[in-house]
Amino acid sequence: MTAAVTTAPATTSRGAGKPSRRRSAVWLGLTPFAVYVLLFLAIPAVLAVASGFFDKNGVFKWDNFQTLADPNVQSDLIASVWLSAVTAALGAIIGAVICYALIGTNPNGWLRTIIDSISSVLAQFGGVMLAFAFITTIGQQGFITLWVEKTFGWADNPFVSFNNNGPLLYQVAGLTVPYLYFQIPLMVLVFMPAMEGLKTTWGEANATLGGTRFTYWTRIAAPVLAPAFFGSAILLFANAFSSYATAAALISQGGIFPLDIKGALTSETVVGKGNDAGVYALVMVVVMILVMTAYSLLDRRASRWRQ
Amino acid sequence: MSAPRVGAAPSKTVRTIILVIAGVIFALPIYGLIEDSLREGEPVNGAPQQYGFQHYIDLFNPANEATYDGLFQGVQNSLVIALLTVLIVLLLLLPTMILVELKFVRYRRLLEFICLIPITIPTVVLVVGFIPVYSVVAQVFGSTPYTLAFAVGVIVLPYAYRPIAANLQAIDVATLSEAARSLGAGWLGVLWRVILPNLRRGILAAVFITVAVVLGEYTIASFLSQNTFQTALLLVQQTDPYAGVIFAVIALLFAMILLLILGRLGSSERVRRSRRKARTS
Repeated sequence: MTAAVTTAPATTSRGAGKPSRRRSAVWLGLTPFAVYVLLFLAIPAVLAVASGFFDKNGVFKWDNFQTLADPNVQSDLIASVWLSAVTAALGAIIGAVICYALIGTNPNGWLRTIIDSISSVLAQFGGVMLAFAFITTIGQQGFITLWVEKTFGWADNPFVSFNNNGPLLYQVAGLTVPYLYFQIPLMVLVFMPAMEGLKTTWGEANATLGGTRFTYWTRIAAPVLAPAFFGSAILLFANAFSSYATAAALISQGGIFPLDIKGALTSETVVGKGNDAGVYALVMVVVMILVMTAYSLLDRRASRWRQ
Repeated sequence: MSAPRVGAAPSKTVRTIILVIAGVIFALPIYGLIEDSLREGEPVNGAPQQYGFQHYIDLFNPANEATYDGLFQGVQNSLVIALLTVLIVLLLLLPTMILVELKFVRYRRLLEFICLIPITIPTVVLVVGFIPVYSVVAQVFGSTPYTLAFAVGVIVLPYAYRPIAANLQAIDVATLSEAARSLGAGWLGVLWRVILPNLRRGILAAVFITVAVVLGEYTIASFLSQNTFQTALLLVQQTDPYAGVIFAVIALLFAMILLLILGRLGSSERVRRSRRKARTS
C-alpha cells in the first residue's frame, strides 16, 4: 500500500494555486462513466421511486399510497416476504451443508473448480429457462409427475393438483422449489469463503485443551460462522425478494409483489389509475435498503475472521 | 487421513454422501429439460415414451420458419446487445476503474458503492424508471432493441465490477505503472503493455459474466416490450413448447462451457503461479 501513499501528494495538489491542465484532463476521464451512471442509474432510480408521489399530470399527491390499503396488494407483499424468507432459510441451511462437505478439499482442485462454475451458472439461472426446467420436471407433464403417477398410481398428486388450485408449480407455494434452485448455489458461493476461514489450528487448539468435536462446533465454529451465515441468509432473502422473471414465467395472474409492478404498469392505460407502480417500487426499495443495511452490518462482523 | 480429525473437515464418506445427493437433485431439472426435448409423440395407454431428435430437426425445417422467426431474431438481438454491453464494460467501466486506482484512490469506495447499487435496487424497480428514460432514448436512437444495452449495462455493473476489482487489488497498479513510467513508457504504453495484460483474467471474467447476464436478461426486455432471447423464448413456448426447451438446453450448455473455461483459466493461472513460486524457493 506504499504506492497509494506516494501517489497521494500528486492528487492533492489542489492548494498549489493554479489547477494544472493535466489534472483537469484526468478529471475529464471520469466524466463518461459519471454521465452514464447519472443517465441510466441515478435518473431511473429516482424516477421510479419518486413517481409514486405524483399523479399523471406531475402534481404532488399522497393519494397513490391508498393502493397499499388494497388487501390483494397486501397479501402479495406478505406472500413475497414469506417466499423470500422460506427460500432464504432453506437455501442457507442446505447451502451451508454443501459448504461443510467441501471443507478440506483443495480449493484449486477439479472438484472445487467444477462446483464453483456450476454454482455461478445456477445462481444466475433464474428466469424463463429455470421455469422451463421445472415445467419439464414437476409440471403437469414433467417426468417426475408422470413417474409418481405411474409408479404409485397417484393421479392427483400435488404436482397435478395442489390445494385444489391446479399444479403446485403454478402457485406461490410452488415457487419455493425453483427459487431454491438458484438460492442454494448462491449460498455456496457467498458462504464458502467463511467456511474456509475456519483455521485448522483452532481445531488443534480445541483438541489439546480436551475439547471434543461437539465443543469445537458449538464453542468455536458456530460463533465464528454465525455472522457470515446470517449475512448470507439475508443476501438470499434480498435475492429472492427482488427476483421477477421466474415468477413472471410461471404465474401470469400475479400473487407476489414484483408481479404487481408489471400489473400496475400494464393497467395504467386505464383511466383513473394513479402511479401505483411507483408506490410499489418505493416499497420494494425500502425493504431492500433495510435488508442490505442489516447485511452490511453482519458482513463487517464476519470479515473479522476472514483474513 | 489416519490421524484423528480435530478440525471442521468432514469424513470422506460424509462428504461423498452430501455431494452425491446434492448433485443428483440438482441434475434432475436439467435431465427434465433434456428428456423433454427428446420426447416424440404422446404415449398411448401406458406405452413407453418414444425418444428422438425430431424436435431438433424441426427447428431448422424451412416449413416452420414463421414459428421460429421471432426466436432467431430474439437470439440475434440478444447477441448484439451482449456485444454492446461488453463494450460498455470495457470502454466505460474498465478505464474508470483503472483511472480511479491510479489517480483517485480516495474515490475507490465511492466507485464500489455506485457499482453495487444495482444489487440493492431490484431490476423490476429500475424498469419503472427506465420506461420514461427510454421514451427519450427512443427519440434519439429510434426504438431498436439494441438500446437495451444501456439499461443492461447498469444491471451488469456489480458482476463486472467484482472480478476486475479483485484483479486490481491483487496487482499493485500504481507501482507497476510508476516502474513502467520510470523506464520511459508513455501512458498508452503503460496501459496497453503493463496494466491490461495484468488484468487479463479479471477482464475476461467480467466479459463472460456480462455475456451470461445479457443472454439471461428477461425483466428489462419484457417491460420495454423488446424482442430478445428470453422474451422470444417465453413467446414461442406458447405455440411450440419443445422449441423453448431446446433453446434453454443450448443456452445452458453454452453458459456452462463459458464458465468452465473461466474456472480452468483461473486454476491454471494459480497453478502456474504456485509453480513459479516453487521454482524460486
